[in-house]
Parts: sequence; structure tokens; C-alpha cells
Amino acid sequence: MAGIIQSLYEIRFLDELSEKRTVIHNIHPLAKLLTTLIYIVAVVSFEKYEVSGLLPLIFYPVIIIGLAEIPLLPILKRLLLVVPFALGIGAFNPVFDHRIVFTAGWFTLTGGWVSFFSIVIKSILTVLAALTVIATTGMNRISFALRLLFVPRVLVLQLLLTYRYISVLMEEVARVLRAYHMRAPLHKGVRYNAWGSLAGNLLIRTFERAQNVYQAMVLRGFTGEYKTGGAPKIIITDLLYLTVWTLFFAAARLFDIPALIGSLVTGVVK
Amino acid sequence: MHMADALISPVVGGTMWVASAGVAAYSIKKIQSDLDQKKIPLMGVMGAFIFAAQMINFTIPATGSSGHLGGGMLLSVLLGPYAGFLTMASILAIQALFFADGGLLAYGCNVFNLGFFTCFIAYPLIYKQIMRRGYTPARMFSAAMLSAVIGLQLGAFGVVLETLFSGKTELPFNTFVLLMQPIHLAIGVVEGLVTAAVIGFVWKARPEIIENASIGKALGSISIKKVMTGLVVVALFTGGILSWFASSHPDGLEWSMFKTAGVEELESSDGIHQTAGEIQEKTAFLPDYNFKAAESEAEPSDSESEEAWPAVSAGTSVSGVVGGTLTLALACLIGLGISIVKRRGKASAA
Repeated sequence: MAGIIQSLYEIRFLDELSEKRTVIHNIHPLAKLLTTLIYIVAVVSFEKYEVSGLLPLIFYPVIIIGLAEIPLLPILKRLLLVVPFALGIGAFNPVFDHRIVFTAGWFTLTGGWVSFFSIVIKSILTVLAALTVIATTGMNRISFALRLLFVPRVLVLQLLLTYRYISVLMEEVARVLRAYHMRAPLHKGVRYNAWGSLAGNLLIRTFERAQNVYQAMVLRGFTGEYKTGGAPKIIITDLLYLTVWTLFFAAARLFDIPALIGSLVTGVVK
Repeated sequence: MHMADALISPVVGGTMWVASAGVAAYSIKKIQSDLDQKKIPLMGVMGAFIFAAQMINFTIPATGSSGHLGGGMLLSVLLGPYAGFLTMASILAIQALFFADGGLLAYGCNVFNLGFFTCFIAYPLIYKQIMRRGYTPARMFSAAMLSAVIGLQLGAFGVVLETLFSGKTELPFNTFVLLMQPIHLAIGVVEGLVTAAVIGFVWKARPEIIENASIGKALGSISIKKVMTGLVVVALFTGGILSWFASSHPDGLEWSMFKTAGVEELESSDGIHQTAGEIQEKTAFLPDYNFKAAESEAEPSDSESEEAWPAVSAGTSVSGVVGGTLTLALACLIGLGISIVKRRGKASAA
């Protein structure tokens, strides 16, 4: 119950963020989508024991979050909710991989811990990338970018309709659950004897709603194309955005930048 | 069981993207050939329904705990396998984008594990076979139960294989399977119970909805053979090409082969890093940085070493820690700087 309201709130929150007008929001959705995908591939392509080489890639989300004026706390909260799932699997690495890779006095570091840290960093970076792209672009513009990538019309239309009706149906489910819990105040979840009738009733109503939606769409001239309004053109800034970030990701992937900085600094200190 | 990006490799992620895209393209072709246009809004609204219904807590009888609906089976029963698969794909896309629930690179894996196995294996091979001789409550119950359990077991096994092939985890195959399959057996039973309860109710109240889906607008029978052949060809092809690009990446296929089958077929070092080493050598930037030496030192000389362990010398470790700290500090500074500049800009504009 609280979960539904919370999820609804989060969707609307990201939706509102995507309506802002900042430098990042004004970048063409296709450029942002491609940059995000390249970024994720770059992050994930690091081998499993890489830690320091991954760190420069944090610049990407940091700069985007800053420039796009995305409030940090809600994003971090989502991060904290999601990352433990990946860590659950990663946490087995220290259990199975005992090879000692570094010792300094009493302190020993095993390969398992190194690969675990690598998974932690990769989780954080990839989740941030996914959240920032939706927070700066929004569902309509992402769908527009998908059409430019030749994703079939039916699929994009279906995605947009699902998205559009999620808030409607979540509100409906929340109402039904509220009614249920007021009649059955001590139950944590829905009792077995009400499983079919509760979800089934919702389902039947959904079917009727779909019919009404379809009729309304046809009356308004629906011919199979979902119009999303203005179609932004790709301009030189968008190409620059994509190129500069891709070059940065490539540099971070090819060179271990922190190790270079570190050797420079420690060399100077020596 | 949504997979995250951090646990998969680009090769596995890319291959599964292509496989899922292939199934999606085939499904689109199928529904477009006999599409009644009503199906599109129905798919959209049903997707939203499953999305919302996934948040209902169903109390499991005789235990204190509660379970959730996944929805893959219900979707294929109500919409047919093709539309069901596409609807599942859009639900997963929204979950990945808005809740980071499942990664974007892992999206192909997730669509395949949760959509393909339910809509294209469990539904036609189990549910439809049992229901062939007409509806009875007992038959429907066993059909929903069996197909939900087997669909989820296959999906969970998909997660295990995809994770192991990616080589980011140290979990041995046996342990991972023992971890995943029993959990998903329990989840599958709940899924089966909820699916059966919902179908049973809808059948009593509005039988035409179920009937239309299963006979009238069943959208033809599935040619599993065609789908499977296409998939295997596409997956092998892309897997081959992607692996060739990732060449001698020590994690990935070889690693899991070694782990699970005890066959060592490791190559020495990471292709990209090697190229980088060469570039570095040429540019001679920071000559006393022992990147290249460490790399060659770390090449496995005997069968004992499992991986090409990069740069373990104390010197590089220290400079790595110092440099890493500096990098993070710099990132924080930039973030802070941007927000301060932004705030000032706003204040002066106001």
C-alpha cells in the first residue's frame, strides 16, 4: 500500500524533473540515450578486479546531476534501495576468492574483496546513469529517440501507453487496497480467499477501461501513430555532447587515470 | 530476479539484447499480420495493470509471509504469447528506467528470462497443452501452476547461466543453482496460485475474455521450431562477433568454462589493456609508472594462476589509492562547484 504510493510518487518526481529546462535537458534525446548506453557498456567492460580505473567514470553522473539540477538525495535514496540486490550476489566473492593480493602489516586484501568493490562501484555508476537519463529526458522524448533508432512503432506505442496508464492503474490499485485494508484492518496482505476476486475485478475493469480508451482514441482520429509533439533536430551541440563524452569514456577505459595521477603525485612527493 | 548491469559482461548483455530483439521483432510481425487495432491499447493498459498489480501483497496461507505477482503467465493467457511478450518487455523497460530495477545493458537478459520462457516455452508447451481439452477448474489450476513454476525455473536458470558467463561473480555453478532454483520454486508456486485465482475469477465473471484470448484471437499457433532455430543462429552469430571484439578478456566464457568444467583455456591479458599499454609505451607518458611491467609480470606463467592479475606491486597500489582519492575528491569538487555556480546564477537572475 505504502509501496504503491511511494512508487507513484517516484515516477511523478522523475517525470517532473524531466520537464526542467537546463543545458542537459536541451540536449537531443538520441544523443543522451546513446551516451548513456556507451557509458554503461564502458563501465561494465572493465575486468572484474578493476577498481581505480573505474573511478574517473564518476565524473559523468556528477557533472550531469550538477548541470541538470537534479536533487541529489532522492537519487541517492533510490541507489541505496537498488544496489543491495547486485551486492547480494557480489558478496559471495570474498567468500570464494581468498587469494591475497596486497598486504601491509596486519592488513591483507583478498581478490574477492577487490572484485566485490569493483561490483559496488559498477552498480553505483550504472544505476546513476539509468536514473539520470530518465530524469533529464522523460518518457516521451526517450520514445522519440527509440523511433529514430528504428524501434518498431507498435513497441514504442505500447511502451508509451503502458507508461501513461501506470499512474491511473496504480491509483486504482491503491484505492482498492485501501478499501480492503479498512475492511480487514489486521491483515498485512491480501488473504487467499480474496486473491481472485480482488485482482480479478481489477483486471476486468482494466479490460473495460482499455475498450473505452480505444474508442476515445479512435474518436480523436487515432490511426496507429502516437503523436508526441515537436520533433527536435540534431544540432552540432548534440554531436559534440556525444563525441566528447565518448572520447572521455574511451580515455578512462584505456588509461588508468587515477593510477597516472597517483604516480605523478607520489613521484613528485618522492 | 531482475539482473543488474554490474554483474554482466558486455558480451552477454549484447547477445541477450539481440536475442530479445529478435523475439520482439518476430512477435511484432505476428501480431501485425492479424492485428485487430484494439489490441494496442489493451496491451498498453494491461501492461500498466500488471505493473500496478505487482505491488499487491498476497498473504501466503499458513505462512506469515507474502508474495507478489510477476505477471508473465497471466499476460500470455490474456493477450496471447506475442502480445504478452511485448507487454512484458515494456513493463521491464519502465522498471529499468524509473526504478533502476534491472539494468539497461541487462535489459535483454531480463526480457528473455521473464518474457521468453513464460510466453514462448511455458505457455504453448504446458498451459495450452493442458487446456486443450477445454476449461475445468482443476485443469486450469494445474495448467497455471505448472506453467508458472516451470517458466520461473527456466528464468532463474537463465539468470544463473548469464551471470556465470559474464564472470563477475565467484559463485560456483552448483552453489548458484542451489541458491536460485529453490527460491524461485517458492516464488513460482505463489505466481501459479495468484495466476490461477485470477483466471478462475475472470472465467466465472467474464468467460469471453479468457476464451477470446485462447481461441478467437489466439493469433495463430506458435512455431517453436522456427523461433528457436532463428534464436540459436542469431545468438551464436552475435555472441561470436562480440566475443571476438572482447577477444581475450579473461572473465567471461573461458572463465566460467574453467570454473565449471575444470578446463583451463585462459589467455594472458586483456586486449584493450594491452593496446593501451602499447599506446602508453609509445607516448612514454610518466615513464616510471610500471603499468607495462606489471602487466607482463602478471601474465599467468603456471597453471595455478586463475587470472591475469593486473598490477599488484606496492608502488602501483599506493599510487592507485592516492590517485583514486584525488579523482573522487575532484569529482566532488566539480559537483559542488556546478551547484554553487547554478545557485548564484539563479540568485542573480532573481
